[in-house]
Amino acid sequence: MTKYIVPAMTCVMLFSLSSALAQTHSIAYKNNTFDPGILKPIDSKLKVKVGEKAPDFTLPSLAGKKVSLHQFLGKKNVVLSFVPAAWTPICSDQWPGYNIVKDLFDQYDAILLGITVDNIPTLFAWTNQMGQLWFPVLSDFWPHGKVAGEYGILRSDGISERALFLIDKKGIIRYIQVNDINKRPSLEVLVHELQQLPK
Amino acid sequence: MKKAIRIPVFLVLGFLSAHNPLWAQTKAPQENSLLPDFQLPIPSDMTHHRYLGLEGEGSFKIQQIRAKAVIIEIFSMYCPYCQREAPNINKLYQRMENDPGLRGKIKIIGIGAGNSPFEVDIFRKKYNVPFPLFADNNFTVHKCLGETRTPYFFVVAINPQGSQKVIYSKLGGIKDLDSLLQTIRLRAGIK
Repeated sequence: MTKYIVPAMTCVMLFSLSSALAQTHSIAYKNNTFDPGILKPIDSKLKVKVGEKAPDFTLPSLAGKKVSLHQFLGKKNVVLSFVPAAWTPICSDQWPGYNIVKDLFDQYDAILLGITVDNIPTLFAWTNQMGQLWFPVLSDFWPHGKVAGEYGILRSDGISERALFLIDKKGIIRYIQVNDINKRPSLEVLVHELQQLPK
Repeated sequence: MKKAIRIPVFLVLGFLSAHNPLWAQTKAPQENSLLPDFQLPIPSDMTHHRYLGLEGEGSFKIQQIRAKAVIIEIFSMYCPYCQREAPNINKLYQRMENDPGLRGKIKIIGIGAGNSPFEVDIFRKKYNVPFPLFADNNFTVHKCLGETRTPYFFVVAINPQGSQKVIYSKLGGIKDLDSLLQTIRLRAGIK
């Protein structure tokens, strides 16, 4: 009996695991995305907490200007979307989703800042495949991963976690989600957290 | 003992082959093969319910759709190519609905791979998609159809006895709508 149960259980277990790690790849990037395979879900330790003041930063943006967190104080709620690396499958299919929901961000008076540890030329070539993005894309390339490091989401291999930080107009962190790097975070959860912000 | 180990080892290798980037391959059903069986929820929206010609509640299989051929688009709200292609696919739907020779004979649905109902609804509203879209939150259908990249288009011919056959299977957008419709007419025997 055991000899039938073991393979059956293994199959169920592996199917469940494979479902949990499934993903889609858009052909917008042709064959130019590199699939790093399954990575350790989280490989860093947060250095900030909900209720604390978000560490300020100034980073170069794709548009050419530098963007600072403090420039949104008193004006906009801010969503920081860190994605691990350009030209990888899940990252490539995350921001394009945010790109069609500007109205949702507007509704909650929020700006989205997309951040990776890649350099500007790489970000330029990569985001060009996504169409015209409405939100600033920032490079945390040099000093390498400094901002990711200050937030506690820089992994041991030098890329960042797939993480979301929701910061209110007073500069206080209201929500943190450090996602399994192998999965895209749910948009519903982010929208739910935007709804919780003080009006 | 050896036999007991052998089967799980093959399963482990099977799992690895599906997820190792070097080994992974698309296994989408090809033309002249059967579409693997999967079920979708019968839409509660009455317009979509009537469009598909379904009865009652619960779930349905592709071959239960009242049509001679069904176009299935595998898309994702997060896929920029699918976003760019959306107006073209709406045009395809309108062309079929406005042609008395095709209306009711060829139908189209979209399946949002890895998308929740909330995400599918965003895509539907953003692009005013008039045909039924279904969420495939846990990638169940996506896995069943060979974990294709997006967008991917299948066309399935349905015969009156209820059997079905894939008559078109292709990755990427549809460049020539008329040519696709002509192919479907021929392969599904629509006069």
